[in-house]
Parts: sequence; C-alpha cells; structure tokens
Amino acid sequence: MPSDYVYHSNFWLEEPEESNPFAAKACYCHGYDVYGQIIARAGWFEYLLLMFKGDRPEPAHVVLLEKLALVLANAGPKEASIRAAMNGGVAGTNHSSALMAALAVGSGLYGGSQELEICMRLWQECGQDVEKWKTRLQSPEEDERADIWPAMEHPPGFDPNGDQIPTTLLQSLELLVQFSPESGALAWLSRNRSDLEEFFGCPISISAVAAATLVDLGLDKDQGSMLYLMLRLPGAAVHALEQRKMGWKKFPFYSPAIELEDDPGPYKKAGEEE
Amino acid sequence: MNHERLYETESQLVTRIGKAFLTERVVMHGKDLHHELDHLEWLHLYLFAILGRDPGKNVANMLNCYWVGSSYPDPSIWPNHVAALAGSVRTTPSLGMMAGLSISEASIYGRRPEVRALDFFYRAGKWCEEGGKVEEFVDNEKALGRILFGYGRPLAKTDERIAFTLDKAKEYGFSDGRHLKIAFEVFEHVNSVYGYSMNVAAIHAALAADMGFSCEEYQLLLSPGFVTGMAPCFKDAKARPEGSFFPIRCESIVYHGVGKRNWED
Repeated sequence: MPSDYVYHSNFWLEEPEESNPFAAKACYCHGYDVYGQIIARAGWFEYLLLMFKGDRPEPAHVVLLEKLALVLANAGPKEASIRAAMNGGVAGTNHSSALMAALAVGSGLYGGSQELEICMRLWQECGQDVEKWKTRLQSPEEDERADIWPAMEHPPGFDPNGDQIPTTLLQSLELLVQFSPESGALAWLSRNRSDLEEFFGCPISISAVAAATLVDLGLDKDQGSMLYLMLRLPGAAVHALEQRKMGWKKFPFYSPAIELEDDPGPYKKAGEEE
Repeated sequence: MNHERLYETESQLVTRIGKAFLTERVVMHGKDLHHELDHLEWLHLYLFAILGRDPGKNVANMLNCYWVGSSYPDPSIWPNHVAALAGSVRTTPSLGMMAGLSISEASIYGRRPEVRALDFFYRAGKWCEEGGKVEEFVDNEKALGRILFGYGRPLAKTDERIAFTLDKAKEYGFSDGRHLKIAFEVFEHVNSVYGYSMNVAAIHAALAADMGFSCEEYQLLLSPGFVTGMAPCFKDAKARPEGSFFPIRCESIVYHGVGKRNWED
C-alpha cells in the first residue's frame, strides 16, 4: 500500500529493492544510472553540472567549474564566513554548527551569496553593455519595498573597502578567463574591469568574478548561489578544525577592544554612597 | 585610500548597546542587566534589547501574543517538520531548532510576508495621509504584479489566529490604531474584488505599524517566533524509533523527467 504522501522530482528517479520498498536498487539522475554508470565514469564536477543543468556538460564547462571551485575553496581566515566557522570550531562546537555559521555569514550582501545573486541578476539585465552596468550597479534593487534582505550599500561585485584589485583575485580572474568562452561574461569583465573600477572608485571583488564564471557556465542566479555557498565550505571546514586543535587561548577574544560609550559604571542601589 | 577606514575598527569597537564586563557586571543599553532589567519577562527584555528602549508592558504583552499564537506543536508545518526530522535522525536540539528557525525566513510564510506586510501598511498609511484612497493603493500594487502579503493564505481559507489576536489587541489597547483600520479596509476591498481572505500576517503587521516598529526591528522580534512549536516536535520525533518520522519509499518520489539513457564514454 503506497503512501498518501508523495514528492515530485524532474531529475531523480529511484527504483526499489523487491524485498524493501524503502531501499533503492537503482537511482537515476536526469536519466543516467548513478551507481551503475555515473560514479564509475564521471568526475565530481561533471556530475555536479549534470545535476544542476540536466545534461552532460561540455568538457570546457567541467574544467571551468573545477577551476572556480579551486579559487573558492579557501578564502582564508580574514573572510567573514570562514571566520564564523572558526568561531564555532575554536569552542569545540558541532562540525555542522561551524558549517551552518559559515553558510549564514557567507550569505550576505557584502561578499556573500546574496551579493553574487544580485550580480547574476544584473548580468541578465545588463549583458555586455557597460553603460547599463554603471547605471544599474548604483541602484541594483528590484523595487523600493522593504524586504528580509537589506538594501545594497555598495555596487554589487565591488569591494568598497578595497583600493586596487588584490593580486590573488587578479590571478584568479586571469586564470579563469583562460578557461572561459572568448565572448563570455568573464572575458567581458576582464576587458571592462579597469573602466568600472575607475568609475566606482573601488576594485571588483570575488563576487563579480564568481558571478561572471557562473554566468559563463550557463547557470541561473539560484543555481549559482547554491554552488557559491557550497564551494566555499572546504576552507571553512579546515579552518574550523584547525582552531579546534589550536585551542581557545590562542584565539582572539575582543572584550578589551569593546568600548562602552555611555557606561553607567557599577550598579548602586538607591541611597548607596559613592 | 578606501582601506584606511578599516584601521579605525581593527582593534576598537565603540558602542552604546552594552558590554559584558565578565566576572563583574553586564550593561545593556545603559542598564545593569542583573539589577535593573532583572524584573523583565524574557520577551520583554528581548524587545528592550532590540529597540534600545522599553516600549512598555502593553507592547510586550501584545508581542507575546504573536509568539503564543504561532506556537503550533505540529510537525506538518514545514519549519517544525525540519525540527522533527532532526529529532528523528538524532541530531542535537540546537541544530534542529536553528535549522527550523532558519527556514522560517520563507517567502510563503514567516519572515518575508511579515516584513513585506509591515512595509505595505506603512506605505498604505502614507498614501492615505497624502489624501489617497486605500483601494487605489491596493489596485496600484496589484497592477504592478505585487503579492499582497497578509491576504490570501496558501493552505487555508480562514486564520484561527485573527480572532485571538484581535481580542488581545483590545485587551492591551491597540484595537483602534489607524493601520489596523487600514488592514480591514484592504480586506473588504480585496475580498470583494479578488475574493481574498485575510491571514494573521496582515493583522500582526498592521498592529506592528501602529506600535511603530521598523521592518528590521519587526524581523528581529519575530525571528525566534516559531521555536516554541519546534521544541515538542523535536522531542516527540526523538522519542520514536530512529528514522521513523514519515519515511519515504522509493515510489513516493514521483519522477517526471527524461527517460533512462546510457552514459557513453
């Protein structure tokens, strides 16, 4: 007797064992036998793109995604999502808690997946029209209503606290361009970067580079956002583990740095003398 | 140089929110936590922490009703379902409840409709203040293709929380606010023109506008709102055999995709 409650999927099929309807004998992803063929024959990034896009990717896309994954794998402890994971790790928290912290803090409008989503949305709107980009980057909101996400405070894809593009990001961009289509988003970004940076008075950030790469991979903003969140987790994990071993005594505790402007001082009961 | 502003806050944070002088005392918005705020109920303190001022007992009591009125110990509700799954697979209470809370920031229930609805009432209030009719405002929103959050409900035609909330609004002195009045005017219009019902998000948001919360304050206030329903869902699923919470058989995943194909090397 099957259940009254069913889930629907356009890409995932499971066939049950004859002896147990809850155990799968075979699973198919977009029609391909996962355990019979994909795992044996595909690479990790090929499978990822198949899952997200629905068809076997062309080899150039597989390489480009792998290069992006390498670029994103570890942004280092300065980056907010990794720092969040380290705050979990150092206190001996659950590993999943550390990664949840990384995902939450890595979701923001300043350097996070929400900024990347906006960049990818603007790619749909502006394409390769640099003047359009200059206009939309100044007011990227869809409309004037308040939302659970606050308004952007800087042009999405740019670092308002930066001066010039950091060498590491420039290396990443130049490398990714080599694996991207000639007339694609990355190539356009690379050609127009200086003009845009001069216009906004600050350099592009990793969000712009990742967004252009994901556009070149033919992904939409939701797919791009999910991949961006996932691909930045390795660094968060390893830094969290490292701090767990390093111990809390070596980890910053900012209490002395916090200055209370209006400290009332120790509490005195009514009538109590100074 | 843009980066130079970062030097200022690299090792210094000047604030008025408060500070934990560990081993000594804790200050919150200029008050001693353990001596001057100790009389507050937890939710009242939460309000004070967010607003930086005490909005008074009636506001705290009114907000308490939002929480009480949405505390459904029912694992069919999606955030609760996540908490129950967490219990069923034997993860920890914090992980289960935080996962449930994080998906409470949804588009079809929870935080987004609440924030959008509050913003709607502030904009509608301004429109009326400037001499416009609320019906026109609503029709303009509809013409822009916008969802009227708080009107219509995904799974039910009526909302059992409305009468409860309105009773409490009367008890705590919020039943005559102008935004609440607008909420009913909007309902009458959308009900007659579009056949929409009203759900509690509209009432909550209109009352929140009358209480004067900003959208950010409102979002922060309501963020832990569903947690009371989640805790029993977690605990109940945890008490049952592991993996037994509405298990899914292979055939319950109904496939609509392409046919089987061969992976050619």
